[in-house]
Amino acid sequence: MMLLSVITFLPLAAALLLMLLPEGKAKTIKQGALVATGLTFLVSLGLLTKFDSGSYAFQLSENHPWITALGVSYHLGVDGISLWLVLLTTFLSVIAVACSLKVETRVRAFMACMLMLESAMLGSFLSLDLVLFFVFFEMTLIPMWLLINIWGGEGRAKAANKFLIYTFAGSIFMLVGIVGLGYLQFQTTGELSFDLVKIQEQVATGKFWAGALTTEPFIFWAFAIALLVKTPAFPLHTWIPDTYAESPTAGPILSSVMVKMGTYGLLRFCLPLFPDTLPNQVPIMVTLAVIGIVYGAIIAAVQPDMRRVMAYSSLSHMGFILLGIFSLTRIGLLGGAYQQLNHGITATILFLLIGFLYQRKGSTLFKDYGGLKSQMPIFAALFLIAMLSSVGLPGTNGFVGEFLAMVGGFNAAYNHQFSLGLIVVAVFGVVLAAVYMLYMFQRMFYGEVKEDNKTLLDLKGPEIALAGVLVVFILWGGLAPNTFMNPMQTSLNATLKMSTGKAGQRPVWTDTDAFIEAKKETTHRLAMTAKVNP
Amino acid sequence: MDKAFHFAIPSIEWSALLPIIIVALTGICAFVVEMFQPKRENSLIVGISVGGLILSGVALFLQMDQPVFATAGELFLRDPFGTSIQFILVLISALTILFSESYLREKRIPFGEFYPLVLWSTVGAMIMATTSNLLVIFLGLEILSVSLYVMAGMSRSEEKSEESALKYFLLGAFASGFLLYGISFVYGSTGGLDLDFVSTTWAHHTDATKPMLLFGLALMLIGLGFKTSLVPFHQWTPDVYQGAPTNVSSFMATASKVAAFAALWRILNAFGPLASYWVPVISVLAILTMFAGNFAALVQKDVKRILGYSSIANAGYVLIAFIAHSKDYKVGAGSLLYFLLSYSLMTIGAFAVVSLGAKNGREGTKLEDLNGMWKRSPFAAVALFVCMASLIGLPPTGGFVGKFLLFFDALRTGFWPLALVLAVNSVISVYYYLAIARAAFVADSDESEAKLSKMSRSSTSVCAICVAGVIGIAILYTPVSSFLAGR
Repeated sequence: MMLLSVITFLPLAAALLLMLLPEGKAKTIKQGALVATGLTFLVSLGLLTKFDSGSYAFQLSENHPWITALGVSYHLGVDGISLWLVLLTTFLSVIAVACSLKVETRVRAFMACMLMLESAMLGSFLSLDLVLFFVFFEMTLIPMWLLINIWGGEGRAKAANKFLIYTFAGSIFMLVGIVGLGYLQFQTTGELSFDLVKIQEQVATGKFWAGALTTEPFIFWAFAIALLVKTPAFPLHTWIPDTYAESPTAGPILSSVMVKMGTYGLLRFCLPLFPDTLPNQVPIMVTLAVIGIVYGAIIAAVQPDMRRVMAYSSLSHMGFILLGIFSLTRIGLLGGAYQQLNHGITATILFLLIGFLYQRKGSTLFKDYGGLKSQMPIFAALFLIAMLSSVGLPGTNGFVGEFLAMVGGFNAAYNHQFSLGLIVVAVFGVVLAAVYMLYMFQRMFYGEVKEDNKTLLDLKGPEIALAGVLVVFILWGGLAPNTFMNPMQTSLNATLKMSTGKAGQRPVWTDTDAFIEAKKETTHRLAMTAKVNP
Repeated sequence: MDKAFHFAIPSIEWSALLPIIIVALTGICAFVVEMFQPKRENSLIVGISVGGLILSGVALFLQMDQPVFATAGELFLRDPFGTSIQFILVLISALTILFSESYLREKRIPFGEFYPLVLWSTVGAMIMATTSNLLVIFLGLEILSVSLYVMAGMSRSEEKSEESALKYFLLGAFASGFLLYGISFVYGSTGGLDLDFVSTTWAHHTDATKPMLLFGLALMLIGLGFKTSLVPFHQWTPDVYQGAPTNVSSFMATASKVAAFAALWRILNAFGPLASYWVPVISVLAILTMFAGNFAALVQKDVKRILGYSSIANAGYVLIAFIAHSKDYKVGAGSLLYFLLSYSLMTIGAFAVVSLGAKNGREGTKLEDLNGMWKRSPFAAVALFVCMASLIGLPPTGGFVGKFLLFFDALRTGFWPLALVLAVNSVISVYYYLAIARAAFVADSDESEAKLSKMSRSSTSVCAICVAGVIGIAILYTPVSSFLAGR
């Protein structure tokens, strides 16, 4: 079965097919894109049926040599950490395409960009080879650059360049880091390889870094900077307000998935591959996260533009994810990983709603709105739910993730990983989130209705359906979070042990399904023995 | 006069020289045909030229796995490195010729002489790549250059073209002088012209000749530094590229650089034991070249000038392979060949698209002249985009793999500061490459429809080959690299 390859390349294949259609057939192209993303989503649901959440091994893996001369392989696999991110990507891509059906200019290129972006994101979540990951990671740049540049707002040229140059500047140093890791692997084993599983195997025994302990922090930061730019974390976040404000509606929806590549990368690479230097870097990372939480929240409160509020709120929310991850506790890691999904869902519904408003009036500035509550009641209700999830009200998914992340942070602080003061400051971030969100809600929905807004229509059926689906997930994630958290646990615990265990006691990934079979057999045999000797 | 003057004609393995002979004969053939053809009717000449180059390519292909040997009295060396370089040169030449015809017609300078000149120029470049004799390198360089001087000034009615030709000629002649002077010093201190001989001789000598030898090396470096446009010998590059007809600039930016790098590679290899002297110099040159090229490109408004500076920056990148090779002889050759191949493909692709800007004798290479290309000829816009992505170094393109290899070489041999400089420079370069991509693929223009000339079938095929090549050599790295290594 090549399920993972199919999921990854289905959108890309569809994009290439769409490029062959004549530009005039806009309707067919739109339908085609919708079908392609829908199909990808359905296929990706198949992962749920095949996934064994009791194992932290990479499952459904595909491993083929690719560029043998350089030790690069085509290695895909899914585990508890990437599983939900893949589903999130395929799901939100459907939403992103569905909300872009009104695009009129250069439809073919637009849809092709969206599909290529989806493929690239899926590829980076599923790659287990560092170079392959990098290839997919960079493949997101061009479609996003085009999306902003062709279909964006007033300042699109600047925003697009800022986005690409920022991200590229970060990632080129990651490439140097990747090459460095490959070379160290060559020195350790005599075989050139960029395979994550193989490198981690050497890291786990402690052999990998034994001769290169001074290099370890440098390579850590080569990775961390690239991923923090993508996340984005303070002070590498300045591209995101422009990107969000100038993109077409689908842009921020897809980039709310794209930014997860940053935190995912930190979880996947920065934790398990650099266990020796990690304790030294944790305080720095947590400090950046907390600054991001508070700074993002404060700046968000004074923005004149809804999308810019969202951008800074993203900075703040991603701070919680980083805090959870770098608390290096079971509970914090879980909170961080779970919050990735929540933020994807919540940010998407907010962007979607803002997008609907933009389609009606062509503005996202607060000064053009006010009193919409009476004008668009359904819109207001949906917006309220989304907003409360973003604030982190108990009962919504946002609460669970942020709460766990903060508990993790407290635990770590009590164990003297970093100062307790940091967490105290982070808690204020939650309060500040309420401030900017409620302030936004107030400016949009209360007060006098502007004269020219009296003609604004409320949401229509399809629009309600799109947003409604996301509301379902907000409540589901808040009321029954175990549905989503259970499959992650094993992988997260293994990752934690890889990053905090002593050399020689760290677990290793195995990516064969044989491993799972073997494990099942063992449990079976044990059960049998138990039966025989009661 | 009892002792008759005796000159023994050395025995020659003709098969080894075959690719070069084919190209030279094709040039003569094209020249003869040109005389009988009516003016402005060059299709037949193009056909003959491309046919000859393909034949030569096949001959090279068959030669690939032969053992290394020297022939024609050690003047000619057949080795995988030389054959691969020749292969790249033949490819460059064929691609340049293919997109030239429609461009020259639009430019109103459809002179049939262009094709034989390109072919002979290619012959010179090929000779440079396949010898270890310093004088033959010089000979090849002159054959290459003299044809290029003529081609640069081909657009006789244009002042810019004239200026470009004169500049190139004066500085080129100057640089040749440096090279020759350097060679004479090397000859003086070692008593030989063959690089193998030079490298073995000096090791047995005392230190007395070392300063002379180093002085000779420095002079040769200046001569070849001019051809490869290393800073500070680069000032001519943007002016000449901008002024010369686009197809000639394309040939200059690729063929002449590839050949000069090949010669430089052989020379620096021979001087490997002196690496402690030249590595610092080359490192400084590399860093200067990268920064100067990239920073200067940022403020340019003319696409050909940008590509000129970009070619300077790329020359800086590739020097990393030379430096890494000095430390570990197993490193570098593969990266050099691969980088030159991918650089040639993406540069020709970019120039081929830019040449579409020419219309009714006008040049049209300003950034805004490309506006609206996505509407007029979407394929050209996509091709340009891919070439730019590759020049930036985005995967999955040859430019990415090329930079990857250079990173790897630098880290492997401990020259990590160079890897960082390369990384920083890649970031700087993003800005101007994106400006080109944006002009062609994003921006609209009210009168753009009139500005761009229609894409001819041959230009389309050149773009297609470049796009497929740029992506193909990345995905199929393993076979490509083993082919280039002669395995």
